[in-house]
Amino acid sequence: MTRPENIIVLKDLYKHFGEVKALNGINLNVAQGKVIVIIGPSGSGKSTMLRCINHLEMPTSGEVWIDGQQLGKNEKELNEIRTEVGMVFQLFNLFPHLTVLENVMIAQKVVRGRSNSEAREIAMSQLARVGIPEKADVHPTNLSGGQQQRVAIARALAMNPKIMLFDEPTSALDPEMIKEVLDVMLNLAKEGMTMVCVTHEMGFARSAADEIIFMDEGVIVEHTTPDDLYNNPKEERTKLFLSQILQH
Amino acid sequence: MEPSAPRLDIKDVDRRRSLKDQPWWFYAIILIFIWAAYIFYARENYNDAFNFIKIGIGITIKTSLISYAFALILGLIAGLGRISKNIFFNNLARLYVELIRGIPMLVLIFFIALVGVPMLVDGVNALGVWLTEIGLGFLGTPLNAFGNKSLTMNTRAIVALSVTYGAFLAEIFRAGIQSIERGQMEAARSLGMSYGQAMRHIILPQAVRNVLPALGNDFVAMVKDSSLVSILAVRDITQVSRLYAGSTFRFREAYITVSVMYLSITVALSLLVQVMERRLSKND
Repeated sequence: MTRPENIIVLKDLYKHFGEVKALNGINLNVAQGKVIVIIGPSGSGKSTMLRCINHLEMPTSGEVWIDGQQLGKNEKELNEIRTEVGMVFQLFNLFPHLTVLENVMIAQKVVRGRSNSEAREIAMSQLARVGIPEKADVHPTNLSGGQQQRVAIARALAMNPKIMLFDEPTSALDPEMIKEVLDVMLNLAKEGMTMVCVTHEMGFARSAADEIIFMDEGVIVEHTTPDDLYNNPKEERTKLFLSQILQH
Repeated sequence: MEPSAPRLDIKDVDRRRSLKDQPWWFYAIILIFIWAAYIFYARENYNDAFNFIKIGIGITIKTSLISYAFALILGLIAGLGRISKNIFFNNLARLYVELIRGIPMLVLIFFIALVGVPMLVDGVNALGVWLTEIGLGFLGTPLNAFGNKSLTMNTRAIVALSVTYGAFLAEIFRAGIQSIERGQMEAARSLGMSYGQAMRHIILPQAVRNVLPALGNDFVAMVKDSSLVSILAVRDITQVSRLYAGSTFRFREAYITVSVMYLSITVALSLLVQVMERRLSKND
């Protein structure tokens, strides 16, 4: 079997929440190893699109393909595909009843069926990768926001995903903690991880992103390189949005 | 500040506050226990009543514990049903909860023990006959032999209490599960866990911890409601004290004794629940 050219393919994706039309026909191809940043005003459908990629949100219509496999309604297949797609949330969503180490181990054991010692070894190496191996035995509530988000990244990475999705990973952080999370994300990007990030961190977008997408009202308005988007945005909506977020 | 205002002695204020903060109600309960212990020991009538009624303690405790264990299982299943997306399971759980909550417990106990259980036995017998007819006699015969008499009133009382409290505990479990943020389930599912795995490893451990005090309180309530099974002639402390009062006409002795027995059990359990609650909040 030849590997598909694009590891993520979204075809004609629609998502309606009752009357609210969150996505109105999204088409997107993401090639292996690319870093995509998605920006757009709140309510533009960025997060919904991201959550449709791993079917945390079931699209109303349209197709999602991950690594040549179409996502359907079959729960078992969905669970298998989800192990290949790591996700990092705005509010971290660490498991508060488990220690940091257990947070990173649990899905490895339950889903991947890894032994305790193997899961521990992988968890420790992932915690080292995000720079907090010394916090392994602490409960998440005793960590700062930045540390919690790095644990969340380690938890996702421990499953050896092919793709990482980031849903506003720094929006809930105090300013001084944003850098430590972005540094981890930058390293991941350098290592060649395929990443789709909803974020308004323009510095990150410029230094790490291969492509940037501007979304508004459930459609992709512009899809280009970061430099191109900043230097000569084509659409009025893009210009207006950029002027608002780059003003300060 | 008015210099002429009379100065209050700080010590006086402190003492008054500490007097106000004393749990006087609790001291009163302890006094009741001391007084009860004294009369059980010193007065012949009470001593007699106590010795007669205490033979029911075993049944009361056993009935409560076994019923509660089954109610926990039923409640967990029904609680999961209440939040399930499966239409059948969801509606079945809702129906169960609403039926139980809409009928007085006393009537339910009569109904389950005297109507529900015999109906179930009839059903089991019919299944036995059918199995024998299709040639599975080795399975059918024991089911056929299963009669109403093989289910004592004690067993039926346990069935009735379990079914009733299962519905109450279902609502506690449901509330506990719903108190966990949606993000927890999403994070678990995004890691590839199935719904069941996420429930078992991520949601339920947190939910159960949150509702432990409520579960404890319902156990206390069940100990008290176990007195209702006395109407099935189950010889718990309530039934035994009725028998004692009926045969000796010592109503005062009988009902003071049984009241103090319930009170000592429930006060001890409530204190345990409080200790547990305090420990849980300390760990937060």
